[in-house]
Amino acid sequence: MFEEFKWLPEQASTVAPEVDMLTLFIVVVTVLITALVGVLTLAFAVAFRRKSESYIPAPSFGNVPLEIGWTLIPVLICLVMFSWGVKVYSNIVIPPADAMEIYGVGRQWMWKIQHPEGQREINALHVPIGRPVKVTLTSEDVIHCFSIPAFRVKQDVVPGRYSSLWFQPTKPGTYHLFCSEYCGTEHSRMIGKVIVMEEADYQKWLSEGAESGQALQGRKLYTKLQCVTCHTGNAEAKAPNLEGIYRKHIPISHIDGVKIKDGTKVFADDAYIRESILYPNAKVAAGWESIMPTYQGLVTEEELLQVIAYIKSLNQGQTPPRTEETPTPATIQNKSANKEAN
Amino acid sequence: MATVGLESKTFEKFPDIVGRDDDVNYLNHEHSVASWLITLDHKRIGLLYLVTITLMFLLGGALAGAIRLELLTPKGDFLAADTYNKAFTAHGIIMLFFFLIPSIPAVLGNFVLPLMIGAKDVAFPRLNLLSYYLYFAGSVIALTALLLGGVDTGWTFYTPFSSTYSNSYVVVMASGLFVVGFSSILTGLNFIITVHRMRCPGLTWFRLPLFIWAIYATSVVQLLGTPVIAVTLGLLGVERVLGVGIFDPRLGGDPILFQHLFWFYSHPAVYIMILPSLGVTSEVIATFSRKNVFGYHIIAFSSIAIAVFGFIVWAHHMFTTGMSPYAAMVFSLLTFSVAIPSGIKVFSWLATMYGGSISFDTPMIYAFGFLGLFTIGGLTGLFLSTLGTDIHLHDTYFIVAHFHYIMVGGAIMGYMAGIHFWWPKMTGRLYSEFWGKLSAGITFIGFNFTFFPQFILGYLGMPRRYYEYPDEFQVLNVFSTAGASILAIGYLMPLFYMIHSFFFGEKASSNPYGGSTLDWTNTTSPPSPHNFEKTPVVTEEPYHFHGKEAAVVSH
Repeated sequence: MFEEFKWLPEQASTVAPEVDMLTLFIVVVTVLITALVGVLTLAFAVAFRRKSESYIPAPSFGNVPLEIGWTLIPVLICLVMFSWGVKVYSNIVIPPADAMEIYGVGRQWMWKIQHPEGQREINALHVPIGRPVKVTLTSEDVIHCFSIPAFRVKQDVVPGRYSSLWFQPTKPGTYHLFCSEYCGTEHSRMIGKVIVMEEADYQKWLSEGAESGQALQGRKLYTKLQCVTCHTGNAEAKAPNLEGIYRKHIPISHIDGVKIKDGTKVFADDAYIRESILYPNAKVAAGWESIMPTYQGLVTEEELLQVIAYIKSLNQGQTPPRTEETPTPATIQNKSANKEAN
Repeated sequence: MATVGLESKTFEKFPDIVGRDDDVNYLNHEHSVASWLITLDHKRIGLLYLVTITLMFLLGGALAGAIRLELLTPKGDFLAADTYNKAFTAHGIIMLFFFLIPSIPAVLGNFVLPLMIGAKDVAFPRLNLLSYYLYFAGSVIALTALLLGGVDTGWTFYTPFSSTYSNSYVVVMASGLFVVGFSSILTGLNFIITVHRMRCPGLTWFRLPLFIWAIYATSVVQLLGTPVIAVTLGLLGVERVLGVGIFDPRLGGDPILFQHLFWFYSHPAVYIMILPSLGVTSEVIATFSRKNVFGYHIIAFSSIAIAVFGFIVWAHHMFTTGMSPYAAMVFSLLTFSVAIPSGIKVFSWLATMYGGSISFDTPMIYAFGFLGLFTIGGLTGLFLSTLGTDIHLHDTYFIVAHFHYIMVGGAIMGYMAGIHFWWPKMTGRLYSEFWGKLSAGITFIGFNFTFFPQFILGYLGMPRRYYEYPDEFQVLNVFSTAGASILAIGYLMPLFYMIHSFFFGEKASSNPYGGSTLDWTNTTSPPSPHNFEKTPVVTEEPYHFHGKEAAVVSH
């Protein structure tokens, strides 16, 4: 048991040395303050020990410079820690614009990862060295937490919303991926591996056994789920054209059925697209009637990620033609209603 | 000025003498079971709490023992996964809601507060008894939940796990906490009114002993914070039982809303636990140094400041939830504001000792232990208020170590200091100083042995609430478990020598430690049923010490 023991965790990302340096600074400051308190306590205990039972020491009446000192010096120390902390935190939470994107879904008790190229894995995350990686996460059930100590990053994975974290690995190797938000019986077995590979190895790994790209899988869903019936992308469409809308500001007219002031816009990010699929009434695009049925219970979180990946890739004039052999949305809903009734 | 204490004693004090066996006191004036169970005497109610919370502490401690035994090895071999989850949940709930929150306020607050302010009882004695029975009923409901099969949500009850997914007795447990919350609210209300309305003549606000200031600040937090957790647990029950969507996103709710509501109470709750200990420490350090507390006004206001700041820092428990980075920055800065009054208190205590006449009786040894552990606990909080380091440390063993340093190292050391300090007053007996000092020493060493390795474990990345863990974490876990067995001895020893003292201990004088406040100077040990034969009149600030001989001569 002693062989594996280490005093410090692996330093395997660009932010890890920054976090460690900040930690070292706080360690030095706090150890000095602890030592000061400890030494003074012991010194006073010895120097002012009771020598005579009848001796009553003179009372003290404060010492203004001393009191200002032990108020202001800690204030300054705290401000330094706060500012330095904000700087490191910004580096931890704000991903570079060119980060490659990977998607993850947590559920009791496993991690499911999808790469844009179509590779899928469970309780493992393969990433290339030296490139910033952004992982967008959601949960199918309870709150989990995606935590990679070697990278010094951590992000809660909350059902019903997307959250993300990013890192740039600096050292090849295999590291722990923990769930660090308690999530039930096998919380402590919701452990995966992060495998940091050289770029060439990563490309090789990506090409092995992938079914098809994530966006392509999303395209299949787009026709299977009959999105294409209304979002046709042409003039007779009953719903807005989705081509090129990803990460654009879109005018909306209603929120939860309530008319809002003209010109209000919403940012069409992953979260908005997900919300519009599950709760079509939540934020309705201006100029369109709210006729879309909800897809709650009809798509899994993983499928949602694929649909989003597809919409993200959808450029001008690329909406596929509707194929008649796939069922209409009403039929899908009836089926699921039957399933529940059974 | 040095002799101010000797000349200005215009209020009447008892001579420091040992009472006779046939003196009537609150312990011997009535003997029936009913005279204890339906007593309206704040001192007897304090003892009822003492017995009940001690039993809860033993139960919570046994669960801690089971947790540490399981963590001795990386594989789950002592407890099943679900049993482990239920054990740490029960440990947290019992220790926080049924031991720490009522510990100093309900035991020492009840016993000492009226004595310290020259009152015959608290403002509403019947309400006080009701508080005890609400606590008792809440405990019975919580224990029922455990006996039915327990709860596996963690003491934090995070949704939607607790509201939709857990198959354990969440609603029963939440009902127990709902009931016990009212005990806390009513005790807080009672104490606030007692301090406002029941102070004896001459006892102005700035003549109040600092323990009273601390209890007062605590009571305000109890009164304002506890209703929020009661409502939150109520909403949790509504979602779980009726399926109304509040927290579960599948029902249209928001799980993060629960965390905001939960921590809006549960962060201030930490101050319910630690503020009274800060008050006890002020009393003990002053008495055993025979010095007035340095910076009296600043210490009094820092208790109020901690109580106020405690309400505006809750979201620092949620930095990793994906909250807005700007909100995180604001809450980080606000969190640092708690460090300042805490630091001021520690330095003021050191300045109190400077130039004093320090004796090393058991309460003082415990107070030294408190000073050390509270300092480490407080300073490690800086790693968590700093955003850059909190992300890595959040939900790891670093957090576990940090809050145990505050709530076990700080709050319980303070509670033990207080129990040892006021024991002669409560029982009229002295305990063995030898065993007392030994237990304080063993507790201090065992505590550090148990929890210090967990700081390193946390930095290495070990998540909390794991019943199995990767092999490389074993060495430090073995240290921690070994320390826990030392700590257990330190906590169990007082049980034996205190019970021995209660029946066979040497009789205590009315003021064995030369205390300066009314509880020592104007009551017998143990106090008479109505505390004071004559209403005392206070004419000076607290902490004017008069020495044992001086008190006798001057009377």
